[in-house]
Amino acid sequence: MQNGLRQSPDRNYKDHAVKLTLNQVNFFYGDRQALFKIDIEILTNQVTSFIGPSGCGKSTLLRCLNRLNDLVEGARLEGTMLLDGIDIYGPNVDITDLRKRVGMVFQKSNPFPKSIYENVAYGPRLHGIRNRGRLDQIVEEGLIGAGLWEEVKDRLQASAFGLSGGQQQRLCIARALAVKPDVLLMDEPCSALDPVATAKIEELLFSLKQDLTVVIVTHNMQQAARVSDWTAFMYLGEIVEYGLTKEIFTTPSKKQTDDYITGRFG
Amino acid sequence: MRSPFKKFLASGNVFIWGCAAGVSVSLLMVFGLLLLIVINGLGYFWTANIVELTLKDKQHVMGQLAGREVIPRSVTPDRPEGKSRLRVKIGNRDIYGLDFKWVNDDQIASETYSPDIALLERREWGNMYARIKAVYKGEMLQAEGNDAGWIALAPLIDTTNALYQQITRIERIEIGSINTDIEQARLKIRALEMGAAPDTRESGQIDSLKAQVAAAESRYQERTLELDTLRTQFNEYSVLMVDANGREKQIPVGQIIRALRPNEIGLMHKCWIYLTNVWSVLSTEPREANTEGGIFPAIFGTVMMVIIMSLAVVPFGVLAALYLREYARQGVMVRLVRIAVNNLAGVPSIVFGVFGLGFFIYAVGGTLDTLFFPERLPTPTFGTGGILWASLTLALLTVPVVIVSTEEGLAAVPREFREGSLALGATKLETMLKVVIPSALPGILTGLILSMARAAGEVAPLMLTGVVKLAPSLPVDGSWPFFHFDRKFMHLGFHIYDVGFQSPNVEAAKPMVYITTLVLITVVVLLNLTAIVLRNHLRKKYAGSVL
Ligand SMILES: Nc1ncnc2c1ncn2[C@@H]1O[C@H](COP(=O)(O)OP(=O)(O)O)[C@@H](O)[C@H]1O
Ligand SMILES: [Mg+2]
Repeated sequence: MQNGLRQSPDRNYKDHAVKLTLNQVNFFYGDRQALFKIDIEILTNQVTSFIGPSGCGKSTLLRCLNRLNDLVEGARLEGTMLLDGIDIYGPNVDITDLRKRVGMVFQKSNPFPKSIYENVAYGPRLHGIRNRGRLDQIVEEGLIGAGLWEEVKDRLQASAFGLSGGQQQRLCIARALAVKPDVLLMDEPCSALDPVATAKIEELLFSLKQDLTVVIVTHNMQQAARVSDWTAFMYLGEIVEYGLTKEIFTTPSKKQTDDYITGRFG
Repeated sequence: MRSPFKKFLASGNVFIWGCAAGVSVSLLMVFGLLLLIVINGLGYFWTANIVELTLKDKQHVMGQLAGREVIPRSVTPDRPEGKSRLRVKIGNRDIYGLDFKWVNDDQIASETYSPDIALLERREWGNMYARIKAVYKGEMLQAEGNDAGWIALAPLIDTTNALYQQITRIERIEIGSINTDIEQARLKIRALEMGAAPDTRESGQIDSLKAQVAAAESRYQERTLELDTLRTQFNEYSVLMVDANGREKQIPVGQIIRALRPNEIGLMHKCWIYLTNVWSVLSTEPREANTEGGIFPAIFGTVMMVIIMSLAVVPFGVLAALYLREYARQGVMVRLVRIAVNNLAGVPSIVFGVFGLGFFIYAVGGTLDTLFFPERLPTPTFGTGGILWASLTLALLTVPVVIVSTEEGLAAVPREFREGSLALGATKLETMLKVVIPSALPGILTGLILSMARAAGEVAPLMLTGVVKLAPSLPVDGSWPFFHFDRKFMHLGFHIYDVGFQSPNVEAAKPMVYITTLVLITVVVLLNLTAIVLRNHLRKKYAGSVL
């Protein structure tokens, strides 16, 4: 328990409630273990980033948080994961409710082959909102939240595929926001985008964390340093070090972390 | 050290040439076949001039030229090579017995095209080529001589054609509906009598039904009287024709559908006649053992069968594919099922016909009959071949195609779509219905296109499950319940077989075979085009994402 946030003596720790608690989590793809004894807490209204070399289990960890890994045949999880104190792998958990509360944005933007409007309205419609006026309002709020409203308000009925890559990714953020999640998981959301589009999304993160908890995976260390309050460095399925972003990047306590962020491996 | 030849081999040019040759041979064969069908089929509608040949033995031959060929040695082995002969369509089957005649070139003394020869299209016995001698009303002479007769004949044909339509309408629709009424009342009586001994209420019902039958029968009597008078009018006039050799033949004007003098008609008018000929083949019913007249019932039957088949095969195939690809646990079992499905596509179609006969007609249809139509037995309703059973049999035959293409379509839906939907809190079913299936629609339609093409061309299974050479009525008509899925039907593919190979008058039937083939190909192409247009529209809508 050397890496846990619980040992971190930082003052911010007391200002924010704990959103997610991972307790001794082990995760297996069949016989192959992908996560080892993950033991961290993620704080409300903060941006927490996971960095680490490719294949170290960042995506796996993220997909455990909304149980998307349930789809993988033979996948198995040990330990507990609490969302607001409730075990998300508990027997009474409704997966669709969980996924409504824990939204996700993927590495490759994946708008549905529908209009911009229908993409954003997809989630609310699923959850039973039929009223046209209400839907219009939710769509507008979602698009404003994702900083896309001004660009698309005149062509809501146009196909989502007509948007640029960055706009598509923000549309996916709007789509996730439209179901009003508590937590937003982002798996390398900018890896396929140009610097301008990346900057827009990074800007967005600052406004998003006012209302929700953001967990972001990135392979770009500058990005993690810029956008996140907390950073976890993962290596081979383990959390090597977890703490305030500025401390991790200035005074890492582990040599591995130091090597990684200074570019000596990764 | 490589020899130049080895270098040439290694460069792959041989391979490319081979591929190109293969493609060209296939294309040539396809286009050659199409060209053959088109030329032979479309030529049929053209009204050729009537030639009058005077032979060296003073005999005359009159008719339309139908071809010229070098005399084969098998016909006259003693003849020197290179001599040719003409094939003339002489018509007048009631006089000569044959429609065509060969005339050797060296027998011909002269060849004329006189404008006064008439071509009579008749309801029976095919075309007549002759000159008019006189027109009679009963025994009374109305007009005499070729030209006077021609002028007198034209209005008479219009009248008899109108009368013919009236008679057919009364026979088909009015008397037909009276017959249905009687039949249904009788069936109700039988159904009432079939149970226990009828009580008073039931016997009252039976009496009123019997009164209905009596009323219908008297209506029937009225109609037959009306028909009798119409028929006398219809047969009132007759025309005396004389052929090239002076042989006379009197035929009722009612037998004539249309009279033309092809040699005096201008090109424009002939083009117009050409179009009316095309239209009449597409829109009318067959005559004379299918060798003449139109093929409308066969077109209708083919299209309707393909549509019913599509309605059956798509849901069935899509559900099966969804289960196999999305729900079933991928393992040995599923792989075996997939192999079985693929092999099903290779089972000879006649086997499906036998299965359709045994399962659909005898088992399902027979059960339906005993449950719902017991009063009609032993006459079967659904327990005999019909368009529904034929369509379902073809649906079974083509379901593997739909399953395979749908599975391919489902596999091509990006995983990101599914995960995106699930991550928003959709259930698997919602994801299927809202994202996966719409994206897989082009694949599903590809399957439908392939299966329609296959189904429209199948004949063998239909022969066991409900196709007939001549159906008395269409599967859709004005009488309740409008769609008669139990009826037998006609089909273009079977029509080709029947007309071309079962008809007593092969020569006369030949053009009909080409036309039917042409129409069948056109129908298949049109059905496919519709589906392709639909698919392209969907493709555009669900085109893969940018990036
Ligand atoms: N669906 C899966 N089935 C089996 N192994 C997987 C699956 N997804 C990921 N893995 C393995 O788990 C490990 C962690 O992968 P991942 O979480 O995607 O890494 P990262 O996102 O950090 O690059 C890798 O070794 C990868 O091969
Ligand atoms: Mg990853």
